[in-house]
Amino acid sequence: MSSVAFESVRKIFGKTVALKDVDLLVRDGEFMVLLGPSGCGKTTLLRCLAGLERIDAGTVRIGDRDVSDLPPRDRHIAMVFQSYAVFPHMKVYDNIAFGLRMRNKPKAEVERRVKEGAALLQLEPFLDRYPAQLSGGQRQRVAVARAIVTDAPVLLMDEPLSNLDALLRLHARAELKRLHGEVKRTTVYVTHDQIEALSMGDRIAVMREGQIVQLDTPSALYDRPADVFVGSFIGSPPMNFLRCRARNGTAVGEAFEVPGPPGMDGKEMLLGIRPENIKIGEGPLRGRVLVVEPLGSHALLTVMVGNESIKVVAPADTALRADEELRLAPEPHKVRWMDAASGKALTAPR
Amino acid sequence: MTAAAPTLRRRTASRRVVLDRVLLYTVAVVLALWTLIPIYLVALAAFSERSAIYEFPKPLLPTRFSTDTMSFFVNSTGVLPSVRNSIIVAISTIVLGLVIGAPAGYALARFRFPGRDGFQVGVLVSKMFPIAILSIPLAVTFIDLGLYDNLIAVILVHTAMVLPFIVIVTSGVFLAVSRELEEAAQTLGTSRFGAFTRIALPLALPGLAAAAIFSFVTSWNEVFAATILTVRNTTLPAQVLASLNISPLYFRFAGGFFMIIPSLFFIFFMRKYLFNLWGPGR
Repeated sequence: MSSVAFESVRKIFGKTVALKDVDLLVRDGEFMVLLGPSGCGKTTLLRCLAGLERIDAGTVRIGDRDVSDLPPRDRHIAMVFQSYAVFPHMKVYDNIAFGLRMRNKPKAEVERRVKEGAALLQLEPFLDRYPAQLSGGQRQRVAVARAIVTDAPVLLMDEPLSNLDALLRLHARAELKRLHGEVKRTTVYVTHDQIEALSMGDRIAVMREGQIVQLDTPSALYDRPADVFVGSFIGSPPMNFLRCRARNGTAVGEAFEVPGPPGMDGKEMLLGIRPENIKIGEGPLRGRVLVVEPLGSHALLTVMVGNESIKVVAPADTALRADEELRLAPEPHKVRWMDAASGKALTAPR
Repeated sequence: MTAAAPTLRRRTASRRVVLDRVLLYTVAVVLALWTLIPIYLVALAAFSERSAIYEFPKPLLPTRFSTDTMSFFVNSTGVLPSVRNSIIVAISTIVLGLVIGAPAGYALARFRFPGRDGFQVGVLVSKMFPIAILSIPLAVTFIDLGLYDNLIAVILVHTAMVLPFIVIVTSGVFLAVSRELEEAAQTLGTSRFGAFTRIALPLALPGLAAAAIFSFVTSWNEVFAATILTVRNTTLPAQVLASLNISPLYFRFAGGFFMIIPSLFFIFFMRKYLFNLWGPGR
């Protein structure tokens, strides 16, 4: 078992700085998700850990070893690639055995561990097949099995589910989580899918433009985003933000006045609130329904508050129709105040 | 109506598939005949009695089979040594061409290095030089180097001739091998070089086989450089060319047929590397 540490890791591609002095500590056995939009540097960070990219400054540690200058094979990691990278000229068995054979494990041990890995990922019927004869989901499992049997203490995954169709992805997500529970490897998992991140991660590092903007547990990240970016990137639909100005402990917006944070007089702010944390009925916000979208388990309302539109979750059997006037109440303890100028949260994370 | 529509669509779709097949096979048969008919006629002449060559109309079936012509050709002076020379030159050309060309192709496919575009154009441009213009300076150079009338000279020239093709073909082949495959191998315990030999190389075999076939055929058929650069120690095409004008017609047919055989064998042997290298379904 091993922890992973990035210390001021910098990576430059030509003129773009892909990683701006990233610090991150992944605890032993932890499932760490790197989450962010494409081009935020999450895959680059993972590749720096794997040794597939050389870092331009800083240190990468696995356990207590400085691996910054080691080639991938000496880092004791295993990686699952986005394209799976299953070797097409080898049968499934040989694919899974590849890493063991490269480490010169005795034949009997190779066989035993390939069998174990195949059993863990339900691949026994396919050991004698070539990858071309497998479905996408099966190939993905071969890639995972190949990585796991090596016993590398650190497991890296680069969007391993993004090439699967939606239903299969749901299934594979749960499978990976179960697997992590069984093998308990330190795992660094890259994804741009916030639902994947929330459902799988012990902690999530949200990245943007080569930096980690927030590192927290899924629930803390969801409830207390550090800035507007995190609030709108996580959650579907994203967090709502309403412009307002602080005055004597209240927040005054265009179409509302609610109790605000103390001591911010005159500050331009954003009231951040998630769609499911808004009560419909009595409340300080006056709005007009623009669209009602029934989604089965609930209905999603688009409501105009002043000239800003927000999303509100309503019960599935709501009687509200488009163009109706309504009053809304954001749950006070779920409100997140942001600085309108910087986009950063005003209330310190609890 | 709703039930009939899909069936109809399926039927037209299958008709299109059949049409495509017919077209494909027609073209394939025409192409095959284009190559096979001359080969057959040459073979027919080579394996008939000498007098049969001058008959008219020509019999299209081997009615007067005989190996006299062939054995006369094979046993004439200089043929067997020149065959040996040709094989040495062709195989050396393949080996040397792949050893130099495949890594260059790999570098073009995998790395962004300064001067890469220039290199790529240079490779193409070198293919445009007519060997006729180069031959006299080359002959002079090889005389200076003491390599004149030496097979090494022919091997070097043939290698230079096939190198651009090998570089371009292999770079395309390596480009088709995903970079992630090699990276995966590295994370699983191979070195950078090990990833190349264990993953990229086996996956590139069909392309390398194609390059090898091309090199063999080019070298085996090349007559100009071989004629200029050698006198006694020559390759088969140069030998045949030298004796062609002073030989009877049946000798030419025998020589022609004899030159075809090795290419056919070689292609048959390499064929399995060209297709379906790793199991069905690919």
